[in-house]
Amino acid sequence: MALLDITDLNVSFQTNDGTVHAVNDVNLSLEPGETLGMVGESGSGKSQFSFAIMGLLARNGRATGSVRFDGQEILNAPLKTLNRIRAEKIAMIFQDPMTSLNPYMRVSDQMAEVLTLHKGMSKRDAVTESIRMLDAVHIPDARGRVRLYPHEFSGGMRQRVMIAMALLCRPQLLIADEPTTALDVTVQAQIMTLLAELQRDFGMAMILITHDLGVVASSCKQVAVMYGGRIRETGPVGPLFASPAHPYTQGLLHAIPRIDHDGDELAVIPGAPPNMTRPPAGCAFEPRCPYAREECANSRPVLEPFADARSRACFVPLDDVLQHRLPPPPAPQHVTQGGQA
Amino acid sequence: MTRPLLNVRDLRVTFHLRREGDWPWTPPRNLHAVSGVDFSLNPGETLGIVGESGCGKSTLARALIGLVPAEGQAEWIDGKDLIGLSPGKMMKYRNDIQMIFQDPLASLNPRMTVGQIIAEPLITHNPRLKRPEVKERVKAIMEKVGLLPNQINRYPHEFSGGQCQRIGIARALIVEPKLIICDEPVSALDVSIQAQVINLLIRLQKEFGLALIFIAHDLSVVKHISDRVMVLYLGKVMETATTAELYSAPLHPYTQALLSAVPVPDPTHDMAASIVPLAGDLPSPFAPPSGCVFRTRCPRATGKCAAETPVPSGDSHQIACHFPGPLTEEEIAAARRIEAA
Repeated sequence: MALLDITDLNVSFQTNDGTVHAVNDVNLSLEPGETLGMVGESGSGKSQFSFAIMGLLARNGRATGSVRFDGQEILNAPLKTLNRIRAEKIAMIFQDPMTSLNPYMRVSDQMAEVLTLHKGMSKRDAVTESIRMLDAVHIPDARGRVRLYPHEFSGGMRQRVMIAMALLCRPQLLIADEPTTALDVTVQAQIMTLLAELQRDFGMAMILITHDLGVVASSCKQVAVMYGGRIRETGPVGPLFASPAHPYTQGLLHAIPRIDHDGDELAVIPGAPPNMTRPPAGCAFEPRCPYAREECANSRPVLEPFADARSRACFVPLDDVLQHRLPPPPAPQHVTQGGQA
Repeated sequence: MTRPLLNVRDLRVTFHLRREGDWPWTPPRNLHAVSGVDFSLNPGETLGIVGESGCGKSTLARALIGLVPAEGQAEWIDGKDLIGLSPGKMMKYRNDIQMIFQDPLASLNPRMTVGQIIAEPLITHNPRLKRPEVKERVKAIMEKVGLLPNQINRYPHEFSGGQCQRIGIARALIVEPKLIICDEPVSALDVSIQAQVINLLIRLQKEFGLALIFIAHDLSVVKHISDRVMVLYLGKVMETATTAELYSAPLHPYTQALLSAVPVPDPTHDMAASIVPLAGDLPSPFAPPSGCVFRTRCPRATGKCAAETPVPSGDSHQIACHFPGPLTEEEIAAARRIEAA
């Protein structure tokens, strides 16, 4: 049985500008020990997706659908159930370690609190266990530094403290929301190595939410690409990077400068992401898509399997995308200046 | 040989900081943010500056335009030393040296229209210009950077991040500078927008014959845009070389470690096999290591590195290291053992 089973997850927010549909019809499942990379730009709904799973949506947010964890329904579950699952089964780490740690509490107190509250440990045992976990995330001299405050650690060390704290109850699933975005590349490499190591040792599954395709390529088995609140393409990392089957995935992969080979001008995805208060009637990527055809503007493509473990949501025939067969250019004044919404 | 546009010799920036609770007579602590940087920049050339956070790359940029007090020498093409010029005398050079900032929205005044923002430097430097002419030039430059001239009366909040960065670029370009200092100009932008702005910068640079100092922590972006690259660590230059040379055959151990940590968007690339781990954290800039500042994390450090400060040597490929050259398999293996311990 899958560890996490998500069906028809929708997240919407009531705002003064109207209803924002942040996440639409997301279906996913995750096996124990598996790593899923969730890729998307800002506003694609990737973070709200994870907040919905954890029951952390803002007050004006509403989630519908079903999220089953280990067979148990956890979407919109009562706080009592959620709290137990959040601490013991699913843990989350965030982008900015400084704002996620309490600046007024010593690291020892913050970490011990988790264990005394959820495991009923004594304070002394809890601190000992915290030190062991800080050792596991390779914080040098953990015993000497456990009594420090968060600001006394460097950025990379703070992220390690966050990870140690998340792992205290040995969760089965770790959701990492941009865990290395605020860090330098050398520290990022350390943290990603550490996460892979811990995942192996604890046998935990991970959802890695990021905008960095490089990080996904090196650390995930499965990838889901989000755009405009919907999954556009999913599949195993190898084939997805080798032959992206959705125009957006393809555009994204061509738009990043590469350190491993020289390129000329970067391919550009023209325009800007859609405004989710007024999502387009058809495919949200249609205004920026070089392959766009008539039906794209009017109806929405659904995610359909097309190859081994791969699916995509696109009307354009697969071969056209794979072989870059663009439709004949339409009448003039179709393309606006780059960057215009 | 052409005369360099900017010739920087032994540039130093020192911050005198007082800790809370210090007695009034306690001498302030000195933080050497930039300590003895040399480089030269030819007209029309792009110099990339890379390094981890806290290495002094932004301070270096700010020192060049007099935003922070500095010592040393920065000789402009006309033979004038820019360091320590009075604001009045600096005015003339500010026209030639413009800057683009990281946060596109925060660097624009929210109460000014786009037209006013872009016109401001032009009016400051050419107070006698007639209003219709100013407007004409603003519209022309807006078109150049891919903004619609009819958006001239809008406010910054009405634009997306990528468009705000275009406004910032237009504001820098309107006075027809010879040098633009770009401080992390694309790091706040989404991947698909980032490519648009990078291509725009490259195109404008060719068209106007601009020199660029391009500061970024993303080594792939720097590789794409720069002719030469300078690597900083703790306020000192480690290595300067042409982009092709630096990325294909880095000679300083730090550069090698830095490049090996960059995630590659290719699942077949085995990061674990190529990475050179750096032990520990960046040392405190208040108490930098003696001799070579990188020695505490260098897999090749010896007694000589602690005793003597290496000086940059070489012509076009400058390295500040006593033992330059590619790291051997044994040295990388040794570094991994230290990291694992």
